[in-house]
Amino acid sequence: MKKVVMIFMSLALVAPFSIAEQGIENVWKASTKEVGQAKYDRLSQDELQDACSTKGGVKEGYDVNVLRQKAQESIVYPKYETFDPSYYLGDWKNGESIAKNGKGLQYNDDPKDPNGGNCYACHQMAQEEVAYGTLGTTLQNYGMRGQSEVMMQYTWAKIYNPHVYNVCSMMPRFGVNGILTEQQMKDVMAYLLDPNSPVNN
Amino acid sequence: MKINMFQRMIAGLMMSASLIAPTYAQDDLDNPAWFMVDDGMALWETPNGPNDVSLEECDLGLGAGVVEGAFAQLPRYFEDTNQVMDIEARILHCMETIQGRDLVDVLAKPYSNAGGPGTEMEALVAYVASESNGMELATPQDHPAEQAAYELGEQLFYFRAGPHDFSCATCHSQSNKRIRLTELANLTNDESGPVFGSWPAYRKTEGVVRTMGWRLQSCSRQQRLTQLQIGSEATTALEVFLAVNGAGAEITAPGYKR
Repeated sequence: MKKVVMIFMSLALVAPFSIAEQGIENVWKASTKEVGQAKYDRLSQDELQDACSTKGGVKEGYDVNVLRQKAQESIVYPKYETFDPSYYLGDWKNGESIAKNGKGLQYNDDPKDPNGGNCYACHQMAQEEVAYGTLGTTLQNYGMRGQSEVMMQYTWAKIYNPHVYNVCSMMPRFGVNGILTEQQMKDVMAYLLDPNSPVNN
Repeated sequence: MKINMFQRMIAGLMMSASLIAPTYAQDDLDNPAWFMVDDGMALWETPNGPNDVSLEECDLGLGAGVVEGAFAQLPRYFEDTNQVMDIEARILHCMETIQGRDLVDVLAKPYSNAGGPGTEMEALVAYVASESNGMELATPQDHPAEQAAYELGEQLFYFRAGPHDFSCATCHSQSNKRIRLTELANLTNDESGPVFGSWPAYRKTEGVVRTMGWRLQSCSRQQRLTQLQIGSEATTALEVFLAVNGAGAEITAPGYKR
């Protein structure tokens, strides 16, 4: 009997006036189902997601410099003693297919398949590819900037955790969140920076 | 789904009538969605469930049995459930309360696979929405629950989560942007109106009529989140946010999309 009363009380709590108390995460949870690889833990926000869940800018109470510092600390760079660009660069042909592949981590995707980077959803890259999105900046001729260590580290960080630069960047954190493997990120780097890549021709 | 040949013929006549009837824009009627509208009308009027009654006594917000113009004012607050409900939630409610139906089967597959055949829900939504075609989008914001739903919708819209950190706003808070070649509407302002007002729509890439509930569910997939459910609180709140931002736009449902 007590149980029944409690169920009724919890039903009363989800009545339309208690939105604020529920929390947005719990509204998503109550309104969605786990399907395939998409489990409820995906609805738990980390600090950065919470900070950036607001109309324009950063949520009040967050220090932009602290968030950027933490983003910087999250980045794992390729290991080497003496710099050489080859430590950052994989195969641009693999990079191209990663850039064009929009699959991965959706509830209907097979978790055994490799994830795509879906760069073309938002960025212009090779001149020959006309089906590019415009949410991000153009990356055509990205390799013109050369292959210095600074350029390599900048590009690696931008892919690994773009919040280092623009604290509420809309771009996914491909490295931190494990969307792409280290090798896949190197392949995408090569697609951007290899002089033979169609991005630079 | 049961196919009523007579209804299909009527729909076919309506489509060919576009050639001779100047009162309809040809674009509006050259749309396979009208077949679903007629299927939906037939389903609306056919007795079903343990109570063996049709949905004709369903109150969509403008009084029992009033279909014309109801979609233009949804989602809205309903006193009988003390909830803000969208078109799909309300149809489910009527199936359960008026027809006495167990919703397990409907909820198991509310939206069809690509290629069809369409579901009962898709047909009913297409029919109800078509009865507001040409009207202005006028989702109410009078009741406190309707205002709360808008605020919730806004917060859900900006909520970033999942492995890709996506919110609705990631793709839909700027004007004149594209994903690949697909144009993105800014749903935070009046660009939202023509979008909201053109669902449900026939999608030629899938060959079926899709509803706004399906569209939002599809967004939850692309966001890499868990699967948004038909008639849920989040679905309804997001719809209120979109519909109110687009208030005053002309309803062109059923629409026709890529």
